[in-house]
Amino acid sequence: MIAAAALAALAIVCAVGAWRLNSARWTTRAPHTAVVLWQALGVTWGLATTGALLAYAFEPYGKGALLGLRDFLVAAYTGGHGTMPLDLPHVLALIAGMTMFTVLVAVLVGATFQTLRARRRHRMLLALIARDEPGVPGVRVVDHPGAAAYCVPGLRSQVVVSAGTLALLSPDELTAVLAHEAAHARERHDLVLLPFAALCRAMPFSGVVRGAQSSVELLIEMAADDRARRFCSPRRLATALLRFGTAGSVPTPSGALGANSGVMARVERLITPQSALPRRFRISVVGFAVMLSASAPLLWLLPS
Amino acid sequence: MGELERSIMDILWAQNSPVTAREVGRLIEGRDLAPTTVMTVLDRLTRKGFLIRTRDGRAWRYQSAGTRDTYVAELMLEALGMTGDRDAALTRFAQAVSGSEAEILRKALTELEEE
Repeated sequence: MIAAAALAALAIVCAVGAWRLNSARWTTRAPHTAVVLWQALGVTWGLATTGALLAYAFEPYGKGALLGLRDFLVAAYTGGHGTMPLDLPHVLALIAGMTMFTVLVAVLVGATFQTLRARRRHRMLLALIARDEPGVPGVRVVDHPGAAAYCVPGLRSQVVVSAGTLALLSPDELTAVLAHEAAHARERHDLVLLPFAALCRAMPFSGVVRGAQSSVELLIEMAADDRARRFCSPRRLATALLRFGTAGSVPTPSGALGANSGVMARVERLITPQSALPRRFRISVVGFAVMLSASAPLLWLLPS
Repeated sequence: MGELERSIMDILWAQNSPVTAREVGRLIEGRDLAPTTVMTVLDRLTRKGFLIRTRDGRAWRYQSAGTRDTYVAELMLEALGMTGDRDAALTRFAQAVSGSEAEILRKALTELEEE
């Protein structure tokens, strides 16, 4: 019972933590650190919730969630010898736990395949349509008046800009944008976003999940801004952002964008640099994240 | 091979009526390609869904499934994050905003440029 209760408490801690982190102010001062904490909260929440249900379900076996699950699967495979039957509450917990675990894994796998497929199609189209531009070596250009600059991530990621972007930005601003995209590609931010986007699609009703997704999205952009400003003028990056935000050459579908896209927040921290978060604080956040991530697997092993 | 796929698509986008592999081969400038090479590429583009082929006697006639502009539009919709679902397929620099937020950004831009 202790393991199940501890895992349930851990799940609640994660949910409350996510809710608090959504409105935390320090995150914009240390986006990388905040992203690590978000990841820890996400993984731990998933493991703790499913673990609590399974630990409760297998409580009669007295072996904990993981070994209980193994014994149960072995018994189910061999025809149920050597295990005692579970009563109704435990069976319901087992069904709920297994369903949730399966859904979480399926959602992640599904989102990964869908993303890879979308990227392959996108790359194929780029190969047929995009051209090289002597002025910006290594960057693919799509002839379209809209303002777009993005990266197709992968083992060989491609940075793409539209002709509209080349017309919109000054050379310095373009350098800043390309530095920002190179940061996305280099730090594989798509891999960070993937699980949050997947969870958001699986649980669109959850305000906390939606909040987590948009927080991580914005923090990733800020992390890329931070990396880019090492190689370019932060001011040019800011004006590029503002030009992009107001480009509006493509009509925006109603409801597709929220009231706050975070562009202004990014501009403000580029123009008036905030003091970096004290090192001690960052280390304790990362330490907490590591502890959190380790706690759920350990509790899966704890015999009840 | 990518370069050849591209030239062949360019040729087919420029055609108004379906053409045979032999005609495509003739239209590729400055290259002496084996007819089988052209056939292979046409076949692959058909499998990928970029071309549609119809029987014409003993030969196939090929035409593009969509115009160049439809593919450019598809690329841009994804690039601008306007396909509806939030995915992590691409990482974008920033997106255009609308309404009052655009107004705020426009003001900020003017202020920054004046300084």
